[in-house]
Amino acid sequence: MNAVSEISNVAEPDSNIAGVVQPVRIASVDDGFQTVGDYRSERPVIEARGVDVFYGDNHAIKNVNLDIGMNEVVSLIGPSGCGKSTFIRCLNRMNDTIDSARVTGSITLDKEDIYGRDMDVVLLRARVGIVFQKPNPFPKSIYDNVAYGPRIHGLARDRGTLDEIVRVSLERAGLWGEVKDRLDEPGTGLSGGQQQRLCIARTIAVGPEVILMDEPCSALDPIATARIEDLIDELRQNFAIAIVTHSMQQAARVSQRTAYFHLGKLIEVGGTEQIFTNPAHKLTEDYITGRFG
Amino acid sequence: MMTSRSGSIKAAVQEGLRRRYRRERRFRWLGLGAVVLGMVFLLFFFATIVSNGYSAFVQTHILLDITAPASLGEEWDATQLERLSYRALIRDVLQAQFPEVGGRDDLRALNKLISPGAAYQLREKVMADPSLLRGGASVWLPADDEVDMLVKGHVDRETPEANRRLSDQQIAWLDQLAADGRIERRFNRLLFTSGDSRDPEVAGIWGAAVGSFFMLSVTLLLAFPIGVATAIYLEEFAPRNRWTDLVEVNINNLAAVPSIVFGLLGLALFINFAGLPRSAPLVGGLVLTLMTLPVIIIAARAALTAVPPSIREAALGVGASKMQMVVHHVLPLAMPGMLTGTIIGMARALGESAPLLMIGMVAFIVDIPQGPLDPATALPVQIYLWADSPERAFVERTSAAILVLLGFLLVMNAVAIFLRKRFERRW
Repeated sequence: MNAVSEISNVAEPDSNIAGVVQPVRIASVDDGFQTVGDYRSERPVIEARGVDVFYGDNHAIKNVNLDIGMNEVVSLIGPSGCGKSTFIRCLNRMNDTIDSARVTGSITLDKEDIYGRDMDVVLLRARVGIVFQKPNPFPKSIYDNVAYGPRIHGLARDRGTLDEIVRVSLERAGLWGEVKDRLDEPGTGLSGGQQQRLCIARTIAVGPEVILMDEPCSALDPIATARIEDLIDELRQNFAIAIVTHSMQQAARVSQRTAYFHLGKLIEVGGTEQIFTNPAHKLTEDYITGRFG
Repeated sequence: MMTSRSGSIKAAVQEGLRRRYRRERRFRWLGLGAVVLGMVFLLFFFATIVSNGYSAFVQTHILLDITAPASLGEEWDATQLERLSYRALIRDVLQAQFPEVGGRDDLRALNKLISPGAAYQLREKVMADPSLLRGGASVWLPADDEVDMLVKGHVDRETPEANRRLSDQQIAWLDQLAADGRIERRFNRLLFTSGDSRDPEVAGIWGAAVGSFFMLSVTLLLAFPIGVATAIYLEEFAPRNRWTDLVEVNINNLAAVPSIVFGLLGLALFINFAGLPRSAPLVGGLVLTLMTLPVIIIAARAALTAVPPSIREAALGVGASKMQMVVHHVLPLAMPGMLTGTIIGMARALGESAPLLMIGMVAFIVDIPQGPLDPATALPVQIYLWADSPERAFVERTSAAILVLLGFLLVMNAVAIFLRKRFERRW
């Protein structure tokens, strides 16, 4: 669903955006363009180099270089249809489900090529978990939602171990206290914010190295959003996190590094504070000061 | 300027509103009319069938006092009981009832009051309980269909004797029996327990029902797994290219092929080529499988498409393989839709008669089939056969068989609804 809407967004960029920034952008993002700022991370887990993504004839991502490092949150911001979601979906090959999608360039996870012949996509997705925009718990019990990943990967040899994984995952997702007495109830019966934390628990139950979050708070109210943001900050201690967000405040609050995408190009990347206080590129400045987007 | 503009907008909208509401009312009435018309037709249909068929659920019986025939002697064993001529026994008993009747023709006419099948009924009863022959026992035996029709009032007594199947004399005997309380309409057990017969009073639908059961079992066992597997492959695994498009178009075309064509195919393929027996429910089931498959595939694919993509992404996102995604998440959510489609397909198969005519399931078969390879017929074909029979008594039995078939269809649809409710999950 998400990916499909992404395609159509790419195909027809918001006319509003195009209208406002056209004079600037045409000059700034032509083919010889280089990303402003340092895209490298100190302790990189995922390294993307020269990534291009095509949906059929549509060139959705153009020559993007970006690292995602351990113990840091990288936020990806930019106007609708700029390719942020497409980019993070490349990192665990969720784009494989779209027939027309084609990825070139190199993306490595711990120096292993994600799109290489030796990389098993099931194993990859166990190592790189993803949380989606809309909370999408399975129509099963809360327990089964969290236990599903460990079960299919054979991470728990007995019921006790599995119980432990479920408890720890729910605790880390900040949901244990609210659901510990009703693990048998359907996950779909929780509130929106609880469902999203359940999805996070489901993701961390598999024990990934990287967590990708595709606008995880866009369907939530401010209180639930605040809880998830606190949670992201805690999770940073153990994971590498990439988060796509439309909220500049959220990016500023949760991330250490920020990457600004525009029409499939990575315009600028750098420390979050630097990007928000002193952007180097005109487009970045226009976007974060709210001149468009 | 602003106020005048908003005023004119208001007037324009109000003008349009009236038209919109009028259109809406008209549409509602049209819809209601269509529903009422449909209900009227349905009611008419049910009223006709029920009023024609309800009387078939009872059958006129005649009470006869049974005495052991002299040939049997004092002591007897089971073999002797088996060999006994019950036809002669009934004849003797009847004659004892009307001692004044003499002469071959009169005796034959008297005998015709009782169904030719009554001898088998009596034999069955005596074998089950030999003490009936010890004397003093009375047994209700089915009357002939002509008698049944007269008692039920389907034949007018005022008709001139030449235009009646029953003579004045026979009617007089019947009146005498009735006066003695020896004529009664009793529940027509045979209608539900016996196979087909040339005599309407002992003809039943059980043989056809068993034939239909074997046939639908074969159909269900083959069509459901094959259909669901095909749908899953096409929907989840097959690449989208010219070949799968072609397959898809052809499945949709097959769903629209007239059923008799499938009958011809079955005749050529299963009977002439594969050498399977004629009139067998196995062949009927295979033909109906071919007919039902496209329906099930289309329904199953629709059910699969209806599963929200977010569930698929969630499963893939935690590292489920494609097969695990389908089996653990997509299939359980699609199952209610698949089951509904399957049962609707099965209901259609149950009511199908045309293809069965092609493979010899239209034969007159008295025995109850014991397995899917025995010759059999099916419920709709039985209805067709009875509707074609000249005896007046088959009119009500045809309607009764239709009622039974409708009953089965109702049960199947109820099961479909139950399964859908049972397996439906919220998300």
